[in-house]
Amino acid sequence: MADNTTAKDLELLTFRVADQEYSLDIMSVREICGWTRTTPMPHAPAFMRGVINLRGTVLPVMDLALRLNMQSQKTSDRNVIIVVTLNGTLTGLLVDAVSDIVAISVEDLQTPPEMSSDPQSTVVRALTVIDDRMIRVLDLAAIVPSGTEEVA
Amino acid sequence: MSDQNDPMAEIRASFFIECEELLEALQDGLSEMDEGSEDPETINVVFRAVHSIKGGAGAFGLEPLVRFAHRYETVLDEVRSGRLSPDHEGQKLFFQAADHLSDLVRACRDDATVPEDQSQALLDQLNGLLGEQEEDTEVTPEEFEPLGLSLDLPDLDALPAPALTTYTIRFKPEAELYETGNEPQMLLRNLGELGEAQVSCDTSALPSLAELSPETPYVAWTIRLQTAAAEPEIREVFEFVEGLCELTISDASDTEESPPAETLPDAPATIALAGPATDPVEPEEAAAPSPDTPRKSGSGAAAKSVVRVDLERIERLVNLVGELVINQAMLSQSLEQAGLSPHSDAMNGLEEFQRLTRDIQDSVMMIRAQPVKSLFQRMSRIVREASAAVGKEVRLVTEGEATEVDKTVIERLADPLTHMIRNAVDHGLENNEARASSGKPSEGTVRLTAAHRSGRVIIEVSDDGSGIDRPRVLKIATEKGLVPPDVQMTEAEIDNLLFMPGFSTAGKVSNLSGRGVGMDVVRTAIQSLGGRINIFSERGKGTTFSISLPLTLAVLDGMVVRVANETLVLPLNVVVETLSLGPGDVQMLRPGAFVVRVRGGFVPLYDLGVILGYRGPLQDHDRGIVLLIALEDGNRAALVIDGIEDQRQVVIKGLDESFYRAPGIAAATILGDGQIALILDPSDVIASAGSIRPKDRALAERMVEHG
Repeated sequence: MADNTTAKDLELLTFRVADQEYSLDIMSVREICGWTRTTPMPHAPAFMRGVINLRGTVLPVMDLALRLNMQSQKTSDRNVIIVVTLNGTLTGLLVDAVSDIVAISVEDLQTPPEMSSDPQSTVVRALTVIDDRMIRVLDLAAIVPSGTEEVA
Repeated sequence: MSDQNDPMAEIRASFFIECEELLEALQDGLSEMDEGSEDPETINVVFRAVHSIKGGAGAFGLEPLVRFAHRYETVLDEVRSGRLSPDHEGQKLFFQAADHLSDLVRACRDDATVPEDQSQALLDQLNGLLGEQEEDTEVTPEEFEPLGLSLDLPDLDALPAPALTTYTIRFKPEAELYETGNEPQMLLRNLGELGEAQVSCDTSALPSLAELSPETPYVAWTIRLQTAAAEPEIREVFEFVEGLCELTISDASDTEESPPAETLPDAPATIALAGPATDPVEPEEAAAPSPDTPRKSGSGAAAKSVVRVDLERIERLVNLVGELVINQAMLSQSLEQAGLSPHSDAMNGLEEFQRLTRDIQDSVMMIRAQPVKSLFQRMSRIVREASAAVGKEVRLVTEGEATEVDKTVIERLADPLTHMIRNAVDHGLENNEARASSGKPSEGTVRLTAAHRSGRVIIEVSDDGSGIDRPRVLKIATEKGLVPPDVQMTEAEIDNLLFMPGFSTAGKVSNLSGRGVGMDVVRTAIQSLGGRINIFSERGKGTTFSISLPLTLAVLDGMVVRVANETLVLPLNVVVETLSLGPGDVQMLRPGAFVVRVRGGFVPLYDLGVILGYRGPLQDHDRGIVLLIALEDGNRAALVIDGIEDQRQVVIKGLDESFYRAPGIAAATILGDGQIALILDPSDVIASAGSIRPKDRALAERMVEHG
């Protein structure tokens, strides 16, 4: 559908978290499922919402707002969980709503300006502008615990 | 030939699987010899194992393996024939050679680089045992090469063959030859490798079918062999079956054609065995039986029929059974909700269904179970290497080798056990002088045991060394800043310091240990298997590490309980009884610590809701429900819960570190309503309750505020 004259070689899934617009490379998204009650994990960090049953597998779910150091929103049935895969591990990201899928070319991505004081700077991989709105492209590897680094 | 690649790869794979079994038999045999077994069968088993590996390796052209195995076999043959009786050092060398042989097998399997220098060193040592003789055997590997090539080169007899002699060989197997699993076809094929052989089968003794006794051999073979080889080489082909057959070898110049061959009426009895296989499929037959046969005779156990199954298929079955259990839980929940009478047919049927599910599950788990023997054998190698490295005399005693444990558990235990064994040899046992001065035998003992105990597997590694030097452990821990100075600790707490990351008591870094990979790694590995590890140590007497593991990693008989609106599962086998608290049952020990009175005894009380951070402490324990838990160390503890929901089998779903798994959370499961419940390990829960870190406590309080 995105067969324009310029090569649109990157597809992004955009979504809203705490009234901000973020996006992820669609290749890392496995599926999107509705909000269900999570089973909390004792003594886990606050952004770790708990685990849900995804067709027989136990899926950890993170509150993306808390993970990005923003106010957690009140969860309702309208929230969705984006199931992402990183190095073969599935993780659920709790977001407010999924907005769109947009195709852009890699040249449209801009490196975010260096602002070391900003705690989010490490998780935002790139910025892009779609319909005059700024969209942040998240670095999944920086958000999802990679297994070894977070081990106590 | 290209379409043959696949079956060959398969045969190759099965050869390596069989090698593992042969190596196991070899280890067994060597251990028996080491213990002074005089049984000639033992050395036969050892010899045959090496021989079969050599034979198979030859078929696949695994040159380095063949070369080493051949020399090893030669030495073993000397022992077998009584010309050489190995002393203690010799036995050690045999073990080393066996270890190296298994290294070579693995290197060949994985196409890795073969450690040639090591081979050479061991070969030299083996030669040393032999003395000067047998230098000429170096040519033997070449014998095997033709077979490796023969798979695609049908014109092998074009090789230069100087000074051919023709021998007539008459070979009549006796019943015992077949009973010991030897295969005349193999022998004849091997003869064929020596030169051009004309084989005729003498079936004249064969009775009619009605009189035929299936276990009596009737046939004999006459082979006319045109070869450059000398008679001893021909005899070598038959050395395996010496005494198990009638064998005459004569120079054909003396006796021309052997009479039986001419009287043969049947045309198909004459086969040309000129070097290569006559059709491309035959190598399969040739390769397969050779490693296989000695195993049957070698194991000595009653012949059991065994099926080799791809692990993936079993895995799939286990998963399906897991789904079945979840499904059955869902079904029974919906039937209950439908308000069916418990005596209705549907409910009775469901009960039967539950029983069957459980049976299926048990059977599936039994498929996965394996004796720990192979693991223990690997450890005996570790002990040998470790003791040689630190110059201590160490004997490994194993018990309970037949104990069966889930295959995955066995695989994942290898690394932690290796580490523990090395520790025992390096740190646990004193050096020879210290042992002598404390009146102990100079040879240290490391004991490795496995046993089933109350639904778990207990594996213990113990040494008869000096035990844990607690003052020193405490001193090191303080120096390294692991514990604050002047802290009062119980003996058990000091022992547990060994499991702290970054702890090492080794005064200096030795070859074996003290390199920073410590017992904390061991403990993490054990915990990831759902197990626990404990230390018992007595000064001057030794140290015991005890690992307790669940029998399976797949299912659990659980008690489903409710705490602060969360559903949790506890292993049923740890729950001793359930109590309903009355007024005055709970007494305060000191602020924040309570005990409950159970029939005259006092049991520490733990509130699960608080420990897990679900809620704040209860003000009033009256009418609360308490589970009495039996802990690993024999003590008991009482867990406060809000209610008991059910007892049922649950399917264990593993949780890895990406879930931020807190201590005490063993795994998760999916309940009948599709919700996830956490499975607790009560011993761990209580252990962590005693030492909730300040950080965690703050988190717990935050959660309480939120909830």
